[in-house]
Parts: sequence; structure tokens; C-alpha cells
Amino acid sequence: MSRFRSRFRARPDGSMEFRVDDRERELISNLIRQLRDLLLTTSPTGPVDPNLRRLYPTAYPDDEQRDTDYQQLMRGDLLEQRLAQLDLVEASVSETRLDPAQAMAWLRAINDLRLVLGTSLDVSEDDDLAPAESDDPDTTSRAIYHYLGALQSEFISALSR
Amino acid sequence: MTSPLETAPTVREDMDLGEDTDQDVPWVVLVWNDPINLMEYVVFVFKKLFGYSTEKATALMLDVHHKGRAAVSTGSREKAELDVFRLHEFGLWATMQKDL
Repeated sequence: MSRFRSRFRARPDGSMEFRVDDRERELISNLIRQLRDLLLTTSPTGPVDPNLRRLYPTAYPDDEQRDTDYQQLMRGDLLEQRLAQLDLVEASVSETRLDPAQAMAWLRAINDLRLVLGTSLDVSEDDDLAPAESDDPDTTSRAIYHYLGALQSEFISALSR
Repeated sequence: MTSPLETAPTVREDMDLGEDTDQDVPWVVLVWNDPINLMEYVVFVFKKLFGYSTEKATALMLDVHHKGRAAVSTGSREKAELDVFRLHEFGLWATMQKDL
């Protein structure tokens, strides 16, 4: 993949133009569907799937009661917000241009995917340096994780330009 | 010279003495280092949510990265909780506590 030709380009009208090929669009669609299914396994009050724990962090590490209140109040909102942005991404997955609301949904959905994948892969700070083992059962997940990182990085440089 | 006694504070009626002192002690919102979020994403979020300059957002991100955490905003409990929620919406690992 070329670092020199970004898949994203911000337009003066605030929209984001992007070119990804059909296989990438299909991959993104599949990932979005899987994330939605996983999100829906977690009720706003019940226990959180361990792979989703980064999506619902503790707010009050020093105060269990307040944190329980925060989780009860906010987890439902966080879930709704995430499902809504997955809908936006899914609806625009075949487009070549995203309006600002869709662009923000893409950015956040890509980040949520990385958080869930990274948690399930238990990535650490130096993972970028470690060469992939050929017999690693997580090879595909790792490749997707790194692909999403590259995609997000290009997206942010286009937004910041 | 004015004696402090002459300007001794009077108790204002709207003061909730003896109540929860949340209003008086500022809360601090901390963002913690994590191995997943990209550095440029963290900078982007700080700029977008708090209106920080690229320089300030980058300095805070580097604090998170090198020192393990950084205080990104302060204020009343309500304000801090809203900031934590907005950071959680963006997938950042944010917590809050009373003044460090």
C-alpha cells in the first residue's frame, strides 16, 4: 500500500471524498455487521463482553457507586450512539463522498473496530515491531487491525489538512 | 489599613454548608495511555472536543503516551462527567477524580 496516495481527500465544502476498492468496501461492511451483532449482545445494565470493555470504560475509578450510576445512565446512550454510526457507515459504504456527519461516523466506527479487535488480540505498544508468525491463528485479525489503522491514519490526515 | 475583621465574610444564604462539597472542589478529567488508539486520533479528538490548538493537543497526547496519563480538562462534577462521556463516545480511556 502506498503511503503517498491517500484514499481520502477533504473537499472545500466539508465533504470527504474517498476511494477504496470493492473488496475493501465488502470487508468494511462485514466488520460493521459483526460489530453490530457483538454490540447487541450487551444490554445496557448487564455484564459487558470482555472484547467490548474498551468501549465502556470506567468513569470513576475511585468511587464504585458513582461509577455504577454513570454506567447505568450512559451505557445505553453510548450503545445507541454506536449503533447509529454503524447505520450511517453501512448506508454510505458504496458512496465515493461522505458528508461531515457520515465522515465522523466512519472515523468513530473504524476506531471502535480497532478497539474491539485490538482488545481481542491483546495488542501491546510494541506490537507494530513484532513480525507476524506464520502459524499465528490471529494472522487475519492482525492484518485487518493494521489495515484499519492505516485507513484511520489516512482519514485523519485528510481531515486535518 | 483594613482589618480582616471588617471584611469578615458573612454566610450567604445560598451556600449549602455541610452539604456535598462537589461544587467547591474541581474535578479533573484524565485520559490514560492505551496501546490501541493512534496518536493522531488522540490529537484529533482533543482538538475537536476541547478546541485545543494542535500544539496543546499534541503536548497532551505526548503526556498521555510518555507519562501514562494527562489531565485534559477540569471543572464541576457535571462538566467533568460530560467531558468523560464525550471522550468515551470517541473511544478514549477517560476517567475523572477530584483534584489531583
